[in-house]
Amino acid sequence: MKNQYETVFILTPVLSESQVKEAVDRIRNYILDNGGEIVWEEDWGLKKLAYPIQHKKNGFYHLIEFKYEPDKIDRFDLELKRDEKVIRHLIVKLDKHAIAWNEKRRKRMQQKAESPEGEKEEQKNENA
Amino acid sequence: MSLLDQNKKDTPIRYLTPLDIEVKKPRKKFDRIKRWGVRPDYKDPDFLMQFLNEQGKILPRRITGLSLKHQRRVAREIKRARHLALLPFVTDLLK
Repeated sequence: MKNQYETVFILTPVLSESQVKEAVDRIRNYILDNGGEIVWEEDWGLKKLAYPIQHKKNGFYHLIEFKYEPDKIDRFDLELKRDEKVIRHLIVKLDKHAIAWNEKRRKRMQQKAESPEGEKEEQKNENA
Repeated sequence: MSLLDQNKKDTPIRYLTPLDIEVKKPRKKFDRIKRWGVRPDYKDPDFLMQFLNEQGKILPRRITGLSLKHQRRVAREIKRARHLALLPFVTDLLK
């Protein structure tokens, strides 16, 4: 029985664009190779860190929501620890409320993506 | 009527400036999580920001007005956001 997990990890900003993509692909393939199944992915890109990690001021954030075997999850955690490119990671198990909430969040983000002008107009006449 | 009471009555205490203690009406606090039906989530730190003070510390329940369950959930999400450097541990003038 697969549980649903969500992981957010930060890659060091020193990497070039291709290295970032390759690092993320490596992690994604690791999940897929070990019988995992990716539900959703988000790339937050380069963001400023609230406090310096390993003396670095910003990092590439990436989020992956996936289904995975519970007994293999700490192996995946170890994998992320070993990866030097990943300077910080967090794996969270999702219960059904969290899964429902994530779906709602996805719908809201899609709506926002589809109607960016609607959003801006509202904001404009809100503060107009 | 002792002498003390006598002169206390005669000389009313006159303050230089009229003393108006404005009573701060305690505004009715409500549980924001229940009211807005929002689930606290470490992924959107802006929502969690309102439960932090200027130094980035978590506000106590008597200020946030949350129920015990929601306060603990918010606190847990804030700690996760801090772990991922989305929220600072300590800062000045966060707002």
